[in-house]
Amino acid sequence: MSETLLTIEDLVVQYRQGRKKVVKAVDGVSLTVAAGEFVALVGESGCGKTTTAQTAMRMVPATSGTIRYRDRDITNATQSEMRPIRRELQIIFQDPYESLDPRFRVKDIVAEPLEIHGLDNRDERVRAAMERAGLTPADLYLERYPHELSGGQRQRVSIAAALALEPTMLLADEPVSMLDVSVRAGILGLLNDLRTSGLGILMITHDLSTAAHFADRICVMYLGRIVEEGPAHEVIRNPQHPYTKALVSVVPQPDPEQSMQPEILQGETPNPADVPTGCRFHPRCPVATAACSSEDPPLRPAGSDGHRAACILV
Amino acid sequence: MSVLAVEDLHVWFELPDDKELHAVQGISFGLERGERMGLVGESGCGKTTAILAMMGLLPPNASAAGRILLDGEDILAGGDATMRPHRWNDIAMVFQGAMNAFDPVKTIGSQIQEPIETAGLAKGKAARARTAELLELVGISGERQDRFPHEFSGGMRQRAAIAMALACQPKVLLADEPTTALDVMVQAQILELLVRLTDELGLALIMVTHDLPLVSQICQRAAVMYAGHITELGTTTELYHRPLHPYTRMLFGATPDLLAQREVTSIPGAPPRLDQEITGCPFRPRCDSAIDACALSYPPTRTAEPGHSGACFVEAHA
Amino acid sequence: MSFVDPPQAALPDVVRPSSRVRATLSFLRHHPQAVVGAIILLAFVFIAIFGPYLAPYGEREQVGPLFGTPSSAHPLGLDDGGIDMLSLLIYGARVTLIVGFAGAVVAMLVGGTIGIVAGYFGGKIDNALMRMTDYFLVIPDLVLMIVIASIWGRSLRNIILIIGLIYWTFMARLIRSQVKVVRERAYVKRAQALGASHLRIIFKHVIPQIMPLLLAQTVLMVALAIFLETAISFLGLGDPSVTSWGKMIENAFSRSAISYGAWWAIVPPGIAVALVIMAFNMLGTAVEDSLNPRLKVSHLSRRHFRLRPLPDKEGRS
Repeated sequence: MSETLLTIEDLVVQYRQGRKKVVKAVDGVSLTVAAGEFVALVGESGCGKTTTAQTAMRMVPATSGTIRYRDRDITNATQSEMRPIRRELQIIFQDPYESLDPRFRVKDIVAEPLEIHGLDNRDERVRAAMERAGLTPADLYLERYPHELSGGQRQRVSIAAALALEPTMLLADEPVSMLDVSVRAGILGLLNDLRTSGLGILMITHDLSTAAHFADRICVMYLGRIVEEGPAHEVIRNPQHPYTKALVSVVPQPDPEQSMQPEILQGETPNPADVPTGCRFHPRCPVATAACSSEDPPLRPAGSDGHRAACILV
Repeated sequence: MSVLAVEDLHVWFELPDDKELHAVQGISFGLERGERMGLVGESGCGKTTAILAMMGLLPPNASAAGRILLDGEDILAGGDATMRPHRWNDIAMVFQGAMNAFDPVKTIGSQIQEPIETAGLAKGKAARARTAELLELVGISGERQDRFPHEFSGGMRQRAAIAMALACQPKVLLADEPTTALDVMVQAQILELLVRLTDELGLALIMVTHDLPLVSQICQRAAVMYAGHITELGTTTELYHRPLHPYTRMLFGATPDLLAQREVTSIPGAPPRLDQEITGCPFRPRCDSAIDACALSYPPTRTAEPGHSGACFVEAHA
Repeated sequence: MSFVDPPQAALPDVVRPSSRVRATLSFLRHHPQAVVGAIILLAFVFIAIFGPYLAPYGEREQVGPLFGTPSSAHPLGLDDGGIDMLSLLIYGARVTLIVGFAGAVVAMLVGGTIGIVAGYFGGKIDNALMRMTDYFLVIPDLVLMIVIASIWGRSLRNIILIIGLIYWTFMARLIRSQVKVVRERAYVKRAQALGASHLRIIFKHVIPQIMPLLLAQTVLMVALAIFLETAISFLGLGDPSVTSWGKMIENAFSRSAISYGAWWAIVPPGIAVALVIMAFNMLGTAVEDSLNPRLKVSHLSRRHFRLRPLPDKEGRS
């Protein structure tokens, strides 16, 4: 078993909306990412997946719960205590058009983390990171500005900047959703290669197909909670939670002859300021029973090894 | 007879510095009543420009050539003058991001009512009733027409945008990335709605998207565009199982499927710039099976089976 | 599986060095008023720098009768002390421009700093700073001017400070709103996630991004500052020891040039002030225009797309 890198336990993130309302964006999330593991956090917008990741990066303060990196508790770490952690834990943003400063050349973008952390041999490190990110030969890109690159190339620059500090873990927030289909596989394959070389990867995505292809484990979030988690192929082929079942059923298949029986849930995800009592999914659940409106089920083992779901029916 | 047929449509954009961008380079296809057709391709391949041309909504720096036949009548022939009477009345469009384009200080109902009254279809109370009817048609209670856009969720605003496009009972609906910003579950709801509308109203639909599985699931036919050309046209089954063009095959190859049965492979490189002349097949630099002939001229269109055609030298020999 | 994009296919040629020159040229071509403004300004700056060598007579040298009429020796006539008007106008250019530039720079520094700090940090700091800005904004300019000038005394430095004090609020509000936008950009978030200090982020990412706006606004503000300087001097609150155009007008008024019919004592400095303000405005709005493409309304044009014949099939390979 490889070393556990990121551990999130019972994480709650809440903020005030107006004077009285308290919104729980994340409400009791626990998850771990080990070295060499590719975990996908899947859910619809507003389910709290991005907040979870940002809290892990300490960009958003946690209300309660703990976040550990290796064996260090970083839940309340100060900026200076976080510095060594930030070298190890890097984030890749969704929008490659927005996440690179248009006034910086590629070499300056990739070198920025090195400057911030005061590392030497910048030239060599920049080149090494760029080649690792598939920008070969590096010379072709060093002097370019972001607007001279394609979307896929920009995202590789973003990844190269994340790799410059030789991190042990990457957090990728929807790394391909802004890219053309034709180049997505390349970026995801790159993340996959990095995982093979020992990095831990936590990818946030709304795309189940992508998660199914590249992740080892999938965690499905709904309204601030993880409602199902397990090995990727198990969660996709043998979903246990009614929400996951519905999500899987509506993913369009590329083969038109693979007929779909979409189980379309009506309405939209409720506002996290207004979480239903009992199981938070019960008002939209096609198989809800009377007990579901009072009992809030925890994650429990369902199906095969390591597969868990939060539903009283499993 | 096709309700809409496009024949050899070209669109150019004048750029500063006397350059010109040839965005659509002679596309042709037909569309039957009640049919759903996908227009797919990477960004910048000309798909949005093509449907804007069908709406006659090209900007002033654009010029167009070719024929756009609505029930057999060429509506492009007189430029804006012949397009205008059909815009919204016969051909309507749901713009990309339409759900975010509502005026925040006016009610949803009044914004749908406006085109109804402008077109002279109904006035006052009758227009209100028609608005309610349209909202019901897209699955929103008619009483909600007095709500403001911010009181609607993203999915409902998208439904309202579709209702707005249907205000004048068009024959053809053009939808530009109608589900891109939506969550999967809401996307499924909108797709279900589009399928129902085409089936019930006999509306013909052209859906522009970069998402192949979407097209596979709801469209009968699809046109794949690359660098301003339609590289392949056929039923979705033909495109997936018997592609004639390597681009189609490689696009499907780059698309992950849910059950992860196939490996996914990206297509190397990026689409060419269209502001300079391209000799030969524009896909050649990225193609995995190009031959010498590909560099010399644009490949002729070959019809493999009725309704299924592709423009490629290589697969023609295979 | 192939994961690497062959880069050659997608990379455009590097055209950078010439493209910047070309961008400037195209800017000037599309904004002819900027060229006119710049030429007028350069002329005045030249006069301001080389004034003492250009002026035919001294600044305090009586060369003829009071309110002497324009003649070939004195094309703009003489003022109430028999001093050559043309010479005064040339000497005045320097003071007027210095006050204009310095006032605008003070406003930019104070307003820019407050705007950046408020916009970048947000929250309570933002609230406190913006509340303070609001207070300054509601104090009537004229009253503030008179009070400060009478407390601090009438000197060039004080006029510059007064101008800065009156105009920094505009700058602060404008810059704050821009910084708030930049702060949300993903590359700023990325730098934060990397552990970059606030100072680093502000100097490396925020300021370069708002610099063009800051410069355009400063140029526009010079025009305002010159106007204000003229007003202050006209009210008799200017520095009595130096010559500025505002002070020339004030002088002419208080010595009843009008009742002498000596229009030449008032009109030339008035025209000079108007010309300089106009020039700064032309330049400033042109720059602002090019930074703010949303201000353009070309898409509302009533022109339609055109038709053209189908291209020749043979011509296309």
